[in-house]
Amino acid sequence: MVRIGAGAGFAGDRIEPAVELVREGRLDYLVFECLAERTIALAQRTRLGDPSAGYDPLLEARMRAVLPLCVEKNVRVISNMGAANPAAAARRIAELADEMGLSGLKVAAVVGDDVLDVMAGSSRPLLEIGGDVASLGDALISANAYLGCEAIVEALAHGAQVIVTGRVADPSLFLAPLVHEFGWSLDDWERLGRGTVVGHLLECAGQVTGGYFADPDVKMVPDLARLGFPLAEVVADGSAVITKVEGSGGRVDVATCTEQLLYELHDPARYLTPDVTADFSTVAFEKVGPDRVAVRGGGGGPRPAQLKVSLGRKEGFIGEGAISYAGSSAVARGRLALDIVAERFRLIGLSPLETRFELIGVDAVAPEHLASAFAPMEVRARVVARTLTREEAERVGREVEALYTNGPAGGGGATRLVTPVVGVVSTLIERDLVRPAVIYEATQ
Amino acid sequence: MRLRELAHARSGDKGDVSNISVIAYDTAGYERVRAVLTPERVKRHLGGIVRGEVRRYELPGLLALNFVLNGALGGGVTRSLALDAHGKCLSGLLLELDLTPEEPSR
Repeated sequence: MVRIGAGAGFAGDRIEPAVELVREGRLDYLVFECLAERTIALAQRTRLGDPSAGYDPLLEARMRAVLPLCVEKNVRVISNMGAANPAAAARRIAELADEMGLSGLKVAAVVGDDVLDVMAGSSRPLLEIGGDVASLGDALISANAYLGCEAIVEALAHGAQVIVTGRVADPSLFLAPLVHEFGWSLDDWERLGRGTVVGHLLECAGQVTGGYFADPDVKMVPDLARLGFPLAEVVADGSAVITKVEGSGGRVDVATCTEQLLYELHDPARYLTPDVTADFSTVAFEKVGPDRVAVRGGGGGPRPAQLKVSLGRKEGFIGEGAISYAGSSAVARGRLALDIVAERFRLIGLSPLETRFELIGVDAVAPEHLASAFAPMEVRARVVARTLTREEAERVGREVEALYTNGPAGGGGATRLVTPVVGVVSTLIERDLVRPAVIYEATQ
Repeated sequence: MRLRELAHARSGDKGDVSNISVIAYDTAGYERVRAVLTPERVKRHLGGIVRGEVRRYELPGLLALNFVLNGALGGGVTRSLALDAHGKCLSGLLLELDLTPEEPSR
């Protein structure tokens, strides 16, 4: 049996649950999934400014928290915290290990996901928006292919104790140790499919142990402030038990597992990863103990012929402003505020690419026909626009802020914000154009 | 009767596509939800949020339906102007759907 824990489900995730998992989970592997679609594009820009940067900003904090314990308990660590610069991340981890007196640690970086050179000027079609990659021109700032488990398996076979990657499909981070431990063949689609099910259940960490689940009086979750992160006990046929450390917060049952199995899923019978076309439609859950759920079934078929490439592109700026109104006429004054800003845009000749005028508390998230049923005692008028230039984006928030002295009665708490937009689109690439490789760093 | 009395739900995002799983608390609830909750019904309930096609996948073994909502995330999480760019709130909105059979359209 192999015991794999999930130490983080996104870049900003809590740090203590991973420490708890290593201390009490009797783990063999700890996996941190920290790399969202856009994060890598932003990290790529950081790296352009500083060749030794571009990895996850919380890398040091997470490694300091878990590395000594992982070494003591012989837990191997796998993470995509390398982001745009896995090699620099591995060097930094080796330095940290030296500082902490952890001798003889072998750290590996998986590189080769960066395919920007291949993509520049390419006639490959863009999957979401039509046109080809070349049409993005100078706006294209990053191109990362989704790697599968192979290079991580290689690093494990060479004895790496800590492995950092850039863009690797999330479930593949978890599949790699299973392939390594059980010696699964890379065309054993059924087992790779099952391992992918396990990886998918774990990859968002707390989302399978009661996070993103609670609904008071309907779906109760105990002690979310101390939410325990999940671990899977996996056996050689790919079936598993999902559980968490005893005494930690949260809950693991069929309901939490079912929600997470279907999270970010499209066709349940065809979940595409670089390793396998996994079939989630035949998965069955059974509660086999307190906070213990058995995962059975699931399977797969041949992996996709091509790899997906995530392309980051500059798309101008988003400018945003918001201001609050309260009282029984809050909605009316909020609407007046929005009308005033819309009119101001016309008067000053500001014509953004796209705008939204909405009342938080009424129709910012909910569709209008659901929102009209109640009159809230407070609302927040929100104006947001996408613009070509930073100057135009600045103007959006300033026009909202000016409502303080030029707008409806009792407007308070104005805020404004400008953010550069890095959009993400994708294309496909032939496998033979992507060459994953492993770089090793050793401590003294 | 509202959907939330029979089922729970979770929404996820990928690019400009949102998916909402609807998981019934029991078999009777699953059959009722399956009969009423068509892709068209989901799209209408969410008003202007979903610009593209809605597809439904059935997972009877899990008492679950998976709805895939194309064009539901304002052009994609990274460029959306929506307050909830990930569409995380969509599950809560869908659970407010009234399951009373609709009048046949004339």
